[in-house]
This record gives sequence, C-alpha cells and structure tokens, in this order.
Amino acid sequence: MLTVSTISRSFGEHRVLDDVSFEVKPGRMTGFLGANGSGKTTTMRIILGVLAANGGTVTWHGKPVTQPVRQRFGYMPEERGLYPKMKVGEQIAWFGQLHGLPAERAKSNAEHLLEQLELGERAGDKLEDLSLGNQQRAQVAAALVHDPALLILDEPFSGLDPIAVDTVLRVLRERAASGVPVLFSSHQLALVERLCDDLVILSGGRIAASGGREELRTRYGTVRYELVVDSDTGWLRDVPGVRVVSMDGPRAVFELAGDNGARTDQQVLRAALERGEVRGFTPVAPSLEEIFKEAI
Amino acid sequence: MTATTEPRPVQTGAGDPEPSTSFVAATRLVAEREIKSFLRMKGFWIGLGVIVVGLFASAILPTVFGGGQPSVAAVGTQVAGALEGSALEVREVDDLAVAQDLVRSEEVEAAVVPDDSGESATGVRVVALSAPPTDIMAELGTTPPVDLLEAADVSQGERQLVIMVFSLIFVIFAMGGSAIAQSTVTEKQTRIVEILVATVPVRALLSGKIVGHTLLTIGQVIVLAVAAPIALSIGGHEALLTVVVPALGWFVPFLCLGFVLLASIWAVAGSLVSRQEDLSSSMGLVMMLVMGPYFAVLFFSDNAAVMTALSYIPFSAAIAMPVRMFAGEAQVWEALLSLGVLAASVVLIMLLASRIYSGSLLQTGGKVALKNAWSQAS
Repeated sequence: MLTVSTISRSFGEHRVLDDVSFEVKPGRMTGFLGANGSGKTTTMRIILGVLAANGGTVTWHGKPVTQPVRQRFGYMPEERGLYPKMKVGEQIAWFGQLHGLPAERAKSNAEHLLEQLELGERAGDKLEDLSLGNQQRAQVAAALVHDPALLILDEPFSGLDPIAVDTVLRVLRERAASGVPVLFSSHQLALVERLCDDLVILSGGRIAASGGREELRTRYGTVRYELVVDSDTGWLRDVPGVRVVSMDGPRAVFELAGDNGARTDQQVLRAALERGEVRGFTPVAPSLEEIFKEAI
Repeated sequence: MTATTEPRPVQTGAGDPEPSTSFVAATRLVAEREIKSFLRMKGFWIGLGVIVVGLFASAILPTVFGGGQPSVAAVGTQVAGALEGSALEVREVDDLAVAQDLVRSEEVEAAVVPDDSGESATGVRVVALSAPPTDIMAELGTTPPVDLLEAADVSQGERQLVIMVFSLIFVIFAMGGSAIAQSTVTEKQTRIVEILVATVPVRALLSGKIVGHTLLTIGQVIVLAVAAPIALSIGGHEALLTVVVPALGWFVPFLCLGFVLLASIWAVAGSLVSRQEDLSSSMGLVMMLVMGPYFAVLFFSDNAAVMTALSYIPFSAAIAMPVRMFAGEAQVWEALLSLGVLAASVVLIMLLASRIYSGSLLQTGGKVALKNAWSQAS
C-alpha cells in the first residue's frame, strides 16, 4: 500500500500542494481527479522521487520510498516520450532491464506485453515510425514491462481512441486484479467512473475528497429518483420534501430534501400508485461529474 | 504480467530481494544503449571511414604524386653529368653551401657532392636532411656515404604533418563528444528523463553516457592507432614510423583522458537546455575548450616555453604533451606528471559536472543558469 502523508510543495511563493494525504490500496484502481493546475502531476512526481516535497512523507508498506523501492514502481509521466530512434520491442525490454529484470525476462515480458497491447507486429519498428496512439501504447508498455509493484499513470488515456482505451483498460485491470495498486489521473470523468474503485479529488493543492467511489457518492451526491407514470407528474411539485429537478409530462426527476429521504421515497411511490399506473421508479446515482463539482 | 501471474511484490513489502539495478548495472545499461544506438548510425561509420581514408591518403598520396622523380642538387658539372640518364631530377649548383641550403629548405631531397677523400667508391657522397634518401641511393648504384644535416630524426615538414594529424584527430574526437550533449537533450526533450530519473540514480545516467562514449572513442582511436603505422609503412615513411609509434603510445592515453574530461562538460552542456534548437547556445563554451588548445598548439608548436605550459594545462595537455613527446622535447616523467594532472582534473570536473547535471536535468523550459542548477542539486 502506498501512503502519502501531509506532503506539501511550493514553487517560489506559489504553494502547489498543501498537506496532501491519501492512500493507494492494493488491488484497487484509484482515480486521481482535479482541475488543471490542482497539483496532480506534482503529487505523482513527488511519489516517484522526480521532485522533492517540502514536507511530508511517502511510504510504501510503511517504509520510506527509496531508490531501490522506487525502481519497482511503474510510471507513465504526463509528458510522453521514449527514444524516437530505438526499436519498440528493444526499447521496452531495455526499460525492463533498467528496472532490474534479467535480460531474458525483460525480453519475454516486452514481447508478451506488446502482444497484449496489440502492438506485437510493430515491435521491430522504430518508435518514431508509429502513430501517436501506438506510441502511447508503447508508453504504457514501458511503464508495465517490469511487473511493477505499484502503478502511477498520469493521464494514461489521453490521446487514445476508444478501442485503444479498452485495450489499455483491460491490461490495467489485470494488473489491479493481481494485487497491484494503481493510481491514475484523468480528465475523462466518465472513464474514471467506469474504471476506478477509489477516488482522490484534489482542488487547489488540497484534498477535496477521497475514499471509495460508492462512499463518495453517498457523501457528496444527492440521490435522485426518476418517476415514469401514464398520466401527468405535475402533482409532484406539491409534495412536501420533494424538489423537482426536471419534468416532462409523464416523466419527472426529483430529489428528496432532508435526511428522511429513505422514508419519503416510498411515500412518493405510494402517492403515484394512488393516482394511476407507475411505469418506472428508479434511484439515479449521481455521476462523478456531479460529485466532482460538489467536492471542489 | 497477466492476471494469472504470481502474486506481485505488493504482498511481500519493501526491502526483499527483488531484482534491482545497482549503480554499476544501471551505468552499464545506459552505456550499452548509447553504444548500440551509435553503432547503428550510418553517420558514425561514415565519419570513421573518412578519417581512416584521410589518414591513408595523407600518408600515401605525397609519395605517389610527390612531383614524379625525386630531385637532387648536384655540385659541379662533373657530378651533374654523371647523374644524367638516371631517374632523378637534377639541379646543378656551384658549391656545397648552395646545395645544403636547398636541402634544408626541402627544395630538393638530397644533394650529391664530389668526394675526394677516398671514402666513396664512386667519388660522390650524399647530403640529406634527416634520413638517408633510399630512392636516390638506389639510383646511384653503389651506395655512397651519407651526411645528414640535421640531427633530428624527423624533418620539419614531417613534424608539422604529424602535429597537425594528432591535433586534428583530437579535435575530431573531442567534438564527437557533442553526441553526449545531443543524447542528453533528446532525453530532456522527449521527457524520457522523468522515467529514467524515477528509475535509476542521475549519476548512473551521467556515468553511463560518459563510459559509453569513451568506449566508442577508444575503439575508434585503436582503429586509427593500428591504421596509422600501416598507412605510414605503405607510404614509405619508415623513418617517420619509428618515431611516430612511441608517440602514438603516449597519444592514446592522453586522448582518452582528454576525452573523458570533455565528456562530462558536454553532458552538462546538454543538460542545461531543453530543446535541440537551443543546444548551440550552451555548446559554445565547450567548443572553445576544444578549439582553443588546438589552435594554440598549431600556432606555438615551435615555441618551447608555450608548449611546455600547454602540456600541463588539462585541456591542452591532451594535444601538447604527445606532440612534445613526439618531438623529443619532453622527458617521460613530464608526460607522466601531465597525465596525473589530467587525471586529477577529470575527477574534479566530473564531480562538479555531476552536481550541475543532477540539478538541471529535470528543469525544462528555457536555458538553466549554471548557478541555478548548482543550487538545485543541494
């Protein structure tokens, strides 16, 4: 488990990170969210030792992250780049060796991984001859080749087409399933929603929210309900404790005010049944976007 | 690697005997990569080929196209008449002094003068500059006695040529060090450097680059050190060969140490900028450190005092000391002392360079000031 505790960092007068603490748990995909400039990349660079923190600690299984420990992490930086003139397969294997793998295993890992990322046929090509999307896949391979103990990925999906996203996603899920903690940042909230188990939301260099996805949903998002009936739903406006979000003839979306929501939803359902047929009554979970907006 | 892989180190915790790259292993990997990527470049082989061909050309061509027949000065009409019909270009002169001047100024290869001392069977003796002219002697039939005008083993012209070749080769390799700057900037520009720095110590990156490029240079120097004697003997410069070979023995270690000294500075030059386009701005100083000593040695090769000084200054020692050894102007202990000074400066410069390199490697955008890089590393 990776534990980031109370790290802070300033560039000159500008405080970029302030007392940031969170955990990345084994076997879980942790989504790292925040607006541009909120400090996500800075945090990741501090975890990887590329940047020093002004205060706070980063520990791996309770021990400080030192060079030999860090060598087993996999890192995909925000700004991509591999050696343009080096052959893809050779390059990935080289990174494997640099991370401490014996030459043979580095080579077989690289081959297997490129196969998985559907890049096997291009292994003998120079990196610069690949399309940007394929270069991005190679970059993912470079982060994964040494079977890392922890994965830190900065915007791993940006620049990928939907099919490539699925390919990369599948590979990342496999890693997480085998017990590797994965921390990844992304701007694509819908994607993070589909993907992550835990969330860390950063705002202005501070933690705005962190925890399990469902936990954050209940904490930050107000649960909404969608009601579909045969006739009109206009009467809903007059039910105490109900705030109508949208209404379109027989279909309405509403929120329940107060903390007695669990009881009120059944009352609304009963009232609807008294007025005629009910075609649908569904709680609508808040989207990540809503949680995100709520939290920051 | 797949979902079916064994449990990953996640369960095992830090500090267990997982595979890890030591400093030495990381240095080796970085060096290997540099060497491999260079050996694959066409330009590398073309460059080496051009140098080898140039070496052979400068050794052989003068003999082939050297004005056709060898020229001699003949003193007196009697000698001149005797030489008629031989494959020699004969210039008749009035007395010995004029003939000696022509030999000294290298307008003729040798002078044939009358000899009445009885020492010579043919009644002539040969006056040459520094080595017996074998081609002329062959034309004269019975080998006449030979007088050499200069005690030096090598003629002035040959001396200049060797100095030029030595310094030129040094400059070519020293400038070749700019490849280290190039490769550093490539890593900065493509941001691979983030992955590298997150994986291995920065010092291993620096030392790997220096080791890799030094090995490449040593390899090329060995090729040239083997090629030079061959070229000289094909060109018929046996006399020159006997003095060049021991000088080569000094030139090789000086060149290698001199290269390492510059290599770390080249690396710093690369680390200070973020884009290839800006590289020239930081390479200027290093080029001065290469070209300055080159021109100094060329201009002052006749000035013993200046050459002595140059042979102890780290940046020029690599050219000046082998040249002095070649000219027979320096003792062995002097060369060893200079080599020691050079080695000490290599260590010092490397320490300084590795600090600046560490401090500037991750700074992108614009040129990093030296002062800034220095304080960043602390």
